[in-house]
Amino acid sequence: MLLEVSGLRAGYGPTHVLHGLDFAVEEGGVTTLLGANGAGKTTTLRAVCGMVRAEGEVSLAGQRITGLATEDIARRGVAHVPDGRGTFMELTVEENFRLGAYTRRDAEVQRDFERMWEWFPRLKQRWKQQAGTLSGGEQQMLAIARALLLRPKLLLLDEPSFGLAPLIVQDIFGILRRIRAESGVGILLVEQNANLALELADRAYLLETGRIVMSGPAAEIRQDEAIRRSYLGY
Amino acid sequence: MDAFLLQLAAGIATGGIYASVALAIVMIYQATHHVNFAQGEMATLSTFIALTFIQAGFPYWVAFGATLAVSFVMGALVERLIMRPVQHAPILTHVGVYIGMLLIIGNLTGWVFGYTTKVFPSPFEGGGPMFGGLLSAHQLGSVGVTLGVLVLVYLFFTKTSLGLAMRAAAYNPRSARLVGIRVDVMLALGWGLAAAIGSVAGMMVAPIVFLDPNMMLGILLYAFAGALLGGIDNPPGAVAGGFLVGVLENLAGAYIVGTELKLSVALIIIIGVLVLKPSGLFGRVVFSRV
Repeated sequence: MLLEVSGLRAGYGPTHVLHGLDFAVEEGGVTTLLGANGAGKTTTLRAVCGMVRAEGEVSLAGQRITGLATEDIARRGVAHVPDGRGTFMELTVEENFRLGAYTRRDAEVQRDFERMWEWFPRLKQRWKQQAGTLSGGEQQMLAIARALLLRPKLLLLDEPSFGLAPLIVQDIFGILRRIRAESGVGILLVEQNANLALELADRAYLLETGRIVMSGPAAEIRQDEAIRRSYLGY
Repeated sequence: MDAFLLQLAAGIATGGIYASVALAIVMIYQATHHVNFAQGEMATLSTFIALTFIQAGFPYWVAFGATLAVSFVMGALVERLIMRPVQHAPILTHVGVYIGMLLIIGNLTGWVFGYTTKVFPSPFEGGGPMFGGLLSAHQLGSVGVTLGVLVLVYLFFTKTSLGLAMRAAAYNPRSARLVGIRVDVMLALGWGLAAAIGSVAGMMVAPIVFLDPNMMLGILLYAFAGALLGGIDNPPGAVAGGFLVGVLENLAGAYIVGTELKLSVALIIIIGVLVLKPSGLFGRVVFSRV
């Protein structure tokens, strides 16, 4: 297992949002967390990458990472694309790229830049432009590229479709499928659009008020009409 | 005409001093997005330390280098010991801390080194007046040092990945952590660099105005005006602003308001910039989609 989480509890101040979650992401696999607003999806991602204080066991490729600082978890290979995207709006696309690869000392950074240009050709056209002036879709692409440039083992994605036009969302998920096929990075995906998420994922967990109420292979959950009606609302 | 040129030259020379202090202010701003009011007092303390080195018999440039190093450590320690505990406190707490530091460092300097005015040596003496007596060798030299520091700072922030990481940590600490940047280390570095640049300013100004614990009080105000005029987030802009304020101050003092009201020129510039062009003449207007 790439990511193994057990008994994960987390919250803000005295309020607990997560009441003991168990889930996993396979090496090179895509796991999705589904659930309504307020179920604790975003908090789960924040707990995995150390942005909120968490209790329980989180291990990445067999190594315990619970309680480490966010920057140390990033250095161990967890790249998070948070809600609000986590890009540097004041800096240029190029500078965002350089920051994405900030911790890397290997010689393949330039090759990875070229790979990102191939996946996101529009970012190459915007190379010297301030990130804050990009369109919403381009900003999401920049956020994903910035995260991948860390060469992570695990990519955390918090609602990549949020606030984007349907066509752009199709684009982004198309690219995510390519990334999945070509890079071998494991993905933990939080998404409101359950249909899209289940198409991409191979495992799914359903969250309700900080607890996992159901889990299984994504294809099965997608087919199960009862679950779809009662939990996913489509 | 000669008198005008003389005023202009004097303005450029004092402007160079404002420019280097403005640069230190902008450095802290780049690293923390705060303006450190105690910057001048820290620079004065550094200059006294430099004088101690020189009086102990070290050659000027050795003392200069040692002062840079000591000031860097001092700045980083201020961040670690004083700013770190209040980093999540509201902005008013920070303002209070800065003012407190201004008073404490100023008094500490006076207590340790005394309040009598001291002569501080210049490394550029012996050249005699240049450009037909318009500029002294020291004035020319200190302008050169200021521009040299500016070039180094500019290259550091734009060309090195450490400089980029420092800017990123200031703009967006949360995102900076996500790419693995150690934000607390960047802050300490920023404070250290600013203190080192401030010490250069102190050592360049002391031969002109003489060294005493309140040496930087007025200068900080002019430097702040220069930083705002040029753009608080733009090192070259702040330097240009510093020179501009120096020239304006001298010309206004000579031809318009007289020397008594010279300091109000700085205040008028500060208020004027904030009202008319808050990002400064060369400051970057940051766009964001909403």
